[in-house]
Amino acid sequence: MNLVLESLHRRPRLVAILLAVLLAALPFLMGFGLGNAWLRVLDFVLLYVLLAIGLNIVVGYAGLLDLGYIAFYALGAYLYAWLASPHFGLHLPFWAVLPIGAAFAGLFGVLLGAPTLRLRGDYLAIVTLGFGEIIRIFMNNLNAPFNLTNGPQGMNLIDPVSVAGFSFGRPLHVFGLTLPPTYFHYYLFLAFTLLAIFVAWRLQDSRIGRAWGAIREDEVAAAAMGINTRNLKLLAFAMGATFGGLAGGLFAAFQGFISPESFTLWESILVLCMIVLGGMGNIPGVVLGAVLLTMIPEALRYLGDLQRATLGQVVVDPADLRMLLFGVALVAMMLFRPAGLLPSRQRRREFAAEEGLAEQVQANLYDTRN
Amino acid sequence: MSLLSVRGLKVAYGGIHAVRGIDFEVAHGELVCLIGANGAGKSSTLKGLMGLVAHGGEIRFDGERVHHAATHTIVARGLRLVPEGRGIFGRLTVAENLDMGAYIRRDTPGIKADLARAYELFPRLAERRAQLAGTLSGGEQQMLAIARALMGRPRLLLLDEPSMGLAPLMVRKIYETIATIASEGVTLLLVEQNANLALKVSQRAYVMESGAITLSGPSAELANDPQVRAAYLGE
Ligand SMILES: Nc1ncnc2c1ncn2[C@@H]1O[C@H](COP(=O)(O)OP(=O)(O)OP(=O)(O)O)[C@@H](O)[C@H]1O
Ligand SMILES: [Mg+2]
Repeated sequence: MNLVLESLHRRPRLVAILLAVLLAALPFLMGFGLGNAWLRVLDFVLLYVLLAIGLNIVVGYAGLLDLGYIAFYALGAYLYAWLASPHFGLHLPFWAVLPIGAAFAGLFGVLLGAPTLRLRGDYLAIVTLGFGEIIRIFMNNLNAPFNLTNGPQGMNLIDPVSVAGFSFGRPLHVFGLTLPPTYFHYYLFLAFTLLAIFVAWRLQDSRIGRAWGAIREDEVAAAAMGINTRNLKLLAFAMGATFGGLAGGLFAAFQGFISPESFTLWESILVLCMIVLGGMGNIPGVVLGAVLLTMIPEALRYLGDLQRATLGQVVVDPADLRMLLFGVALVAMMLFRPAGLLPSRQRRREFAAEEGLAEQVQANLYDTRN
Repeated sequence: MSLLSVRGLKVAYGGIHAVRGIDFEVAHGELVCLIGANGAGKSSTLKGLMGLVAHGGEIRFDGERVHHAATHTIVARGLRLVPEGRGIFGRLTVAENLDMGAYIRRDTPGIKADLARAYELFPRLAERRAQLAGTLSGGEQQMLAIARALMGRPRLLLLDEPSMGLAPLMVRKIYETIATIASEGVTLLLVEQNANLALKVSQRAYVMESGAITLSGPSAELANDPQVRAAYLGE
């Protein structure tokens, strides 16, 4: 495995071409190989990658534990629904609504960040968790006295994406093939995901990325280096939220329907798990985590069919099994690869150094060796 | 005119008054020390200067008011603190720590030159540039903390107990370096419990007791003061 990676590392052009061909052909392989249902899964994989990349900026880069991240996804989705559905009779074009939604979510990122600047670790986690729930509860209840969100029923008939007069709402018939909308969404989502990955990747080694790393290590020391910790933390919240809002807008347009149910705490935790499992702070790791945690539960659905075929009935509900395996996988991870599947250099060091550091701190207290 | 002038500096934590309105000055090119027993309020004074804790009073740096300013703007003006306990980035390498020290600077050639100088000043760090800072020995960490602060080309360097927890030999090494830095024209404010050393290396000194300055003057004079000798030099 390492050997393969090694040899690929030396030929980046080849890797890029192979990857591009694979990504371009993927929906056709999936669609014809496994059926159109899997194409939908593929679209969701991309949305989750987008979310995970966004949350990784907040948690992985800046070290701010955010348990309410899905709220930004919700805000992006609802804003899209408000501006492009019969609910208010507004039908603004896709290319206008999406950036507005992303900016709207980004603004809320700052609104959440500002009062929590002094909080760290567990305290920040609790406040962000509360924020996520507040947004969801608002969406659930803002149907009276003024009907803003249509409450638990959610909002319907959201305009599909339409690019240059071509609507993503209907299937396309070409060369005797029928291509359902999931194909177009795939390429659209892929474009946004690649853009997000590019931005996150450039940020990583930038001055901003280094400053986030320092804040993550020791906030006071970072300030003593001349880093504007307040602005940089707000920036991390805003950037993460913007990606979340973007994903939310895409989700709303893709589904055509949204309700508060899609934005529960579980979703926040799921995205966080993707990052932790894949390798916090490292983009390939985060992508891998998102792909695995979206695909595997879908694959487990087959276990239901399998049971029906072999045992004549469903003994264990695949949904229950999903949670069980999920828990087992996480525990196994913590035991065998605590830094994640593909950890970043820094995070790998953290775990490797942890024991050495603890001993060192002890030793320093009685430092007489010099 | 003095580089740093402090009037009525106060620092309180809830009901605890750690610093009760002190006045002091540091002139350009001076090495001044602030000595006092445990809990006298020395570290709180430095934290107040850096804007790391809420404080009252007036702080002027090079004639400009810096009280209530955010830490990063104070750092940008040229004030740097080597904190008690060093405050290094334990999970970054030595080289990365030094790199962070130069975070606010953009003059790449100047940074390069200063990095070379830092390694010259502390050859031990050069040997260990790829090592994680958290795995350095206490003395090496102290070196790193000082070197990292120097990477910011401070106009005034605040050192909080650089001898803390170090063996005598390492203490002497650190103090030799402090003297070298001072001789190169960096202005220094040195906080110490080890009054003996601090009074030897500095030109002027302030003595602090429960949040107030009780004595001040040329270090040589204070070192001969019977009160100081009794209280801080163990005689
Ligand atoms: N964060 C804090 N919260 C509450 N009290 C504090 C805090 N920091 C310091 N103090 C108190 O303020 C007083 C002065 O503390 P400070 O750290 O400034 O002393 P010091 O002179 O640096 O002592 P030492 O030589 O032991 O480092 C002490 O009584 C201490 O208990
Ligand atoms: Mg102290």
